[in-house]
Amino acid sequence: MIAMLIRRLIQAVIVMLVVAFISFSLFQFVGDPINNMVGQEASQQDRAELRERLGLNDPIPIQFFRFVGNAVKGEFGISYRMARPVSEVIAERLPATLELALVSGVLAISLGIALGVYTALRRDGWLSHFIMSSSLIGVSLPTFLIGILLIYVFSVELQWLPSFGRGETVQITENWSTGLLTVSGWKSLILPAITLGLFQLTLLMRLVRAEMLEVLRTDYIKFARARGIKQRSIHFRHALKNTLLPVITIAGLQLGSIIAFAIITETVFQWPGVGLLFINAIRFVDIPFMSAYLLLIALVFVVINLIVDLLYFAVDPRLRVVKRSAGR
Amino acid sequence: MTDALLSVRDLVVEFPKRKTRLTALDQVSFDIRPGEILGMVGESGAGKSLTGAAIIGLLEPPGHIASGEIWLGDQRIDQLPYEQLRRLRGKRIAMIFQDPLTSLNPILTIADQLVETIQTHLPLNDKAARARAIQLLDEVGIPAAEKRIDDYPHQFSGGMRQRVVIALALAGEPELIIADEPTTALDVSVQAQIIDVLKRMCHEHGTAVMLVTHDMGVIAEACDRVAVMYAGRIAEIGDVRQIVKHPQHPYTQGLMGSIPSITQQVDRLVQIPGSMPRLDAIPSGCAFNPRCNQRLPRCTQDRPDLITTDQGHVACWLYEGATP
Repeated sequence: MIAMLIRRLIQAVIVMLVVAFISFSLFQFVGDPINNMVGQEASQQDRAELRERLGLNDPIPIQFFRFVGNAVKGEFGISYRMARPVSEVIAERLPATLELALVSGVLAISLGIALGVYTALRRDGWLSHFIMSSSLIGVSLPTFLIGILLIYVFSVELQWLPSFGRGETVQITENWSTGLLTVSGWKSLILPAITLGLFQLTLLMRLVRAEMLEVLRTDYIKFARARGIKQRSIHFRHALKNTLLPVITIAGLQLGSIIAFAIITETVFQWPGVGLLFINAIRFVDIPFMSAYLLLIALVFVVINLIVDLLYFAVDPRLRVVKRSAGR
Repeated sequence: MTDALLSVRDLVVEFPKRKTRLTALDQVSFDIRPGEILGMVGESGAGKSLTGAAIIGLLEPPGHIASGEIWLGDQRIDQLPYEQLRRLRGKRIAMIFQDPLTSLNPILTIADQLVETIQTHLPLNDKAARARAIQLLDEVGIPAAEKRIDDYPHQFSGGMRQRVVIALALAGEPELIIADEPTTALDVSVQAQIIDVLKRMCHEHGTAVMLVTHDMGVIAEACDRVAVMYAGRIAEIGDVRQIVKHPQHPYTQGLMGSIPSITQQVDRLVQIPGSMPRLDAIPSGCAFNPRCNQRLPRCTQDRPDLITTDQGHVACWLYEGATP
């Protein structure tokens, strides 16, 4: 158990270092940062001075280690575009993205599992057929189109829900303002959360359904039926747990991509999160911000994967170390 | 035959196809007496396992019982609603499957599975059910049952798992166990042990067994009577010694002749020419007639019913008019 944890942690550190190297090389290869920072009129001497001050004349390995050291401390330099520390800007915007991702993640996972189980158990019901065919829409329509359609129906035509922004927010701590405590906050959250979660929901649902059907065909379910175990227990005690094992992995990765790819949804709904900021950063070649964002997303994926591994370990007895080796 | 525990009468199981339907079991009739071990032999696809599935009501749709009756004691069970049939399963009829490696739920402990099964059928509290579970494991020969009960299936070897499966099948004190090739997936050395456990347990608990297998050795070792199946029909049924020593149906004769023996010197084993017909191409008359070396003219016309002879029952025109 401990050995596995240490092995996984080492892997995670390696992954983070590789990503750090990629985001570090952004500075080296995407244009000359000095050009972006100073105006047309800056003299050659000003440029050289700035270059020296930013440490751009040091050997590359030293620059890289300095970059990693700063990153660990949470320092990613000054945003070119906003002239403020990148970490500050991200901390300010992250709550919006996390809240959006959390709500759509919960939506996708809970509904995905529930509908997947339902359609697997009532395979031939008309409602199952209806759910399955409409899930094709979720799988095949691009996110931005779903967002625009939702805006058209619920904001423009019905005028029930706002089409952009976060609504009113409440400051909880210095850096954390939440929209989850106000009515308008929730109203603003509904459409983006659906837009962001719909694809994951339908994907999870189809996965759960396929896995569940697979499990229901296994010998141990047949044997449980032959022992007269109650239908309810067969479905939810014997089958569901086995169904969810492979689903955990996918759900974890989905949650990661919900956070990472909130960019499109945030753009469509003008949601003031990091994704929207990232789009703007690309437009302005704001390299410190881009590299910090890259690292942040990598960290999210690495942490989620670590949690998934641990969960798997907790749920699947076959992975646990055999307590007694006798009798095998 | 009123003393029979299980009575199957003219059982027909069909699988509907787009236009036609396949008759997988055709007019199958037999009895199992209390405490008796009845062997079911035949080639793959002869309908042995299907008969078991039909009895316990676990036919995979679209397969269904088209006609016939199945009686358990004086209760007719082939038309029971789901819930009543469920109460019956494990309590009066249990089933053991072929592969012990896949028959146990991998993420529940042996205790979880045993206790749940016991409590489904018997009014015991958690503690009493657990005690009974340990006792059952002990009986089927799991060493240190008290400790091992909290292990997961993957911590047991194949033979040990099949013992656990037998314990699970016996948990509700059933009157009949349908054992569907319980030793096929095991090592030869373990097979004998498992058959031994099954025999002993059923003897002690007075449980009847329908033992599906294609291992004649197992049949000769364990069974009281044997039913030979061919193409969804019963070809011959009778006492195990009679069938092994004096098979009557030409198909059974072929089967017995194809078993190598160490006491007899033969150059070639007997081989039945051809192969069993597919379900959609069963010939008229006797299903075995194209492969039969003693075919009579009427064998291609009329289907023989089970004829009672002095050695058992056989579905073959050769024995028509034989004195019972």
